[in-house]
Amino acid sequence: MGIVHGDQMILNIGPQHPSTHGVLRLEVKTDGEIVSEVKPYLGYLHRCFEKHCENVTYEQVVPYTDRCDYLAAMNSNFGYVVAMEELMEIKVPERVDYIRVIMGELNRVASHLLALGVYGLDVGAFTPFLYMLRDRERILDMFEYTCGARLLYNYMWVGGVSHDLPKDFVQICLDFLDYFEPQISEYNELLTYNKIFIERTADVGVLPADVAVSFGVTGPNLRGSGVKWDVRKDEPYSIYDRFDFDVPTGTGEFGTVGDCFDRYWVRMLEVKESVKILRQALKDIPDGDVHQAIPKKIRPPKGSVYRRTESPRGDLGYYIVSDGTPVATRLKMRSPAFTALSVLDEISRGWMISDVIAILGSLDIVLGEIDR
Amino acid sequence: MTVDLLIDWLNTIGDFPVLAFILAVVISGIPLFLVMALNAMVAVYVERKVSAFMMDRIGPMGQGPGLHAGKWGLLQTVADAVKLLVKEDTVPESSDKVLFKMAPFIIFIGAFMGLAAVPFSQTLQVVDFNVGVFYIIAVGSIGVIGIVMAGWASNNKWSLYGAMRSAAQIISYEIPAGLSIIIPIMMAGTMNLQELIHFQSGSVWGILPNWIIFNNPFSFIAFFIFFISAIAETNRTPFDIPEAESELVAGWMTEYSGFRWAIFFLSEYANMLIVSGLAVAGFLGGWQSPIPGLFDSGAWGLFWFMGKVASLIFIMMWFRWTFPRLRVDQLMHVCWKVFIPIAMLNIFGVGIWKLIFG
Amino acid sequence: MTFAEIKATIEKQYPGSVLENEGLGDHQVELKGEQWIEIATYMKTDPTLCFDQLECITGVDTGEEGPLQSRYNLHSMEHRHKIEVVICHDRKNPKVASIEQLWRIGDWFERETYDMFGIVYEGHRDLRRILCPDDWEGWPLRKDYEGQESYHGIIVPKIKEEEGWE
Repeated sequence: MGIVHGDQMILNIGPQHPSTHGVLRLEVKTDGEIVSEVKPYLGYLHRCFEKHCENVTYEQVVPYTDRCDYLAAMNSNFGYVVAMEELMEIKVPERVDYIRVIMGELNRVASHLLALGVYGLDVGAFTPFLYMLRDRERILDMFEYTCGARLLYNYMWVGGVSHDLPKDFVQICLDFLDYFEPQISEYNELLTYNKIFIERTADVGVLPADVAVSFGVTGPNLRGSGVKWDVRKDEPYSIYDRFDFDVPTGTGEFGTVGDCFDRYWVRMLEVKESVKILRQALKDIPDGDVHQAIPKKIRPPKGSVYRRTESPRGDLGYYIVSDGTPVATRLKMRSPAFTALSVLDEISRGWMISDVIAILGSLDIVLGEIDR
Repeated sequence: MTVDLLIDWLNTIGDFPVLAFILAVVISGIPLFLVMALNAMVAVYVERKVSAFMMDRIGPMGQGPGLHAGKWGLLQTVADAVKLLVKEDTVPESSDKVLFKMAPFIIFIGAFMGLAAVPFSQTLQVVDFNVGVFYIIAVGSIGVIGIVMAGWASNNKWSLYGAMRSAAQIISYEIPAGLSIIIPIMMAGTMNLQELIHFQSGSVWGILPNWIIFNNPFSFIAFFIFFISAIAETNRTPFDIPEAESELVAGWMTEYSGFRWAIFFLSEYANMLIVSGLAVAGFLGGWQSPIPGLFDSGAWGLFWFMGKVASLIFIMMWFRWTFPRLRVDQLMHVCWKVFIPIAMLNIFGVGIWKLIFG
Repeated sequence: MTFAEIKATIEKQYPGSVLENEGLGDHQVELKGEQWIEIATYMKTDPTLCFDQLECITGVDTGEEGPLQSRYNLHSMEHRHKIEVVICHDRKNPKVASIEQLWRIGDWFERETYDMFGIVYEGHRDLRRILCPDDWEGWPLRKDYEGQESYHGIIVPKIKEEEGWE
């Protein structure tokens, strides 16, 4: 579909709209149903994260990172503590590494489940959303069992984690995985292979690989375009180099490589890979003291570090500049959803309003992380 | 039928034909309205429960008869209705007030008129037109005027989009629906709904009931085209693009609330009843029993008719909670490039069939 | 390519553009601001360097006396190597050429840095604030930032030095 220049109308989608996944305003230029330009306006959820970080000590930053990507708070914590440990050259005990990987992967599954379910909702299918939420609930229960919080955990600390795993956690988690794995094929039957769903997503909003790289799109969105890039594999942090897992990429199964279906499908495959990692981690987890390496006072040496980790939405980077005091000079979060949203205008031109919603949903943005 | 009987009876009392006519219309209109309200209430409750069970939830449980927690949320829709009725009546400042207030009534009138011709049983039918099928199809289109009015008068871009989509959709899908309902008319040679149902009595090959859907392969296909088009005409998922809540917020109903919105709701469920009723009368033997000759008389007619209608409405709900939504161009594609050619071929095929076997 | 090789390649292509800076870390290189756009184009298009991905732009305020900095984290998807480029700006008049048309994400990253530090990226086609409202005063992440008293009648909370939030 090409761009039509006829009588144009400006349509404001948001800030209050069911499908903007938060408080986002899109100014859409339309000609009838066909969209010729999408202009995102951000900042409705701006909470001065970076300014806060320059005014609190390093320990106190962790809860703020929770609130950035609130759907994958464990992974936000993870990125921050990995960056801090790199800056301070702390070696954490094995057990801590394993716990972090387990929590990170569980949260990845939870976050992807929400992303996939909400995507179904965006294209009009309500039931898969509730099926996925039902299973996500069990993951949140496990988090609650471990650290008392269901959404914002403040679980990973610099040098360790706040609580050790409960004694029967490994068994509970294995039971969950046994229950969960067959569910994936149920989702596929209900939503993925539905003819209408394929029609709505295949060939829609194609994001070519070079455009994706130029726009800094990362994570499942980039892999959907066929680029095999995963920080866990290519720049391993923590203990990810020990696990055996694949990096799924988009193949254009029903349409073109990089369409909405590929982005959706990569997430679904990633859930399976996370389950694989979880099984390995649960098998090998050693004993140990999780509080052993937590420093009494965090005073990183003078210098700076940029460390990226793989959050469910892509490369989550922390840029930390330290001047030797317990408070950061500068702490910047490189948010994957921010870069993913920037590509929206590029790939939605010429599509219809319904497709813009579908494309936005397939990018899986979290406004808390975009606006910070 | 009912109206005619009433007029005859009133005429025996005294000689005032105009008054008798008005009285008869009012007397038969009130139960019709009750049917409409009751239908909406039951259907909303059932829809909530059906969706809940399909989604692994339990649905409404709080409201209901009983002193404490209530039972199975039986009074949920009553509570909803009361809430809607006592809600503040809001009319947007910048709307076209006259059209805005008129739109719900026009939609309601369309549904109400359609319901008058639905043959609930052998005798239970308010008006037995000799062109009943044609009449229901015709008054079914009145609603779209109300929808366009509502969308335009709201002075809201979402509403406008919804109205335009709805107009395009309903008008398009009337064609395959109309072309498919021609097949029962061709088979039976009548547009009268009662005669159409009487045509379907008896059985074929001794086992199957002699319903038009089983009569020949063409009418079998025609039923599905009609049913799917009927779902599209009632704006339900997967064809709910006029109100697509994830795209257009609530489409043409965005600015409506309270009682006006309740009227839309009432009409939507009445429309489901009407199109299912037409499908049942045209293809599924109306009030005839599925086992020919068994439980075929009296009140059983009402039971079979409502049972068949309820099954079709259940299937509509099933669709709604299973399928994603189509895009507007795909919707048109299905209508114009798939359904209409097949429906045309169907008519041709039935003609040949009648020539050879009839 | 290792970091030292990349640095040498740039130095060879643009002699004198690489500045010495003691305070920088392992993967960081300071470049002259005037030549940045040419170097950036070279770094993106040269087949041996091929930095096709701009990971991040971070603005840094080095303190009351020091300069403002833009730090670019570049990464090559093809060769899987990375580098961090530091460019210092004059505090009074922070200016640098925009790389928005080289790496498309530069658009939003530069807008964000402009929003927070007031660094002007010359040649950017749409340099507006992105996270703060359009009519916000001052550059919030600069060390000498004084918050405005009120914004459209809303009182802006103040930060006290050393003590955190009031």
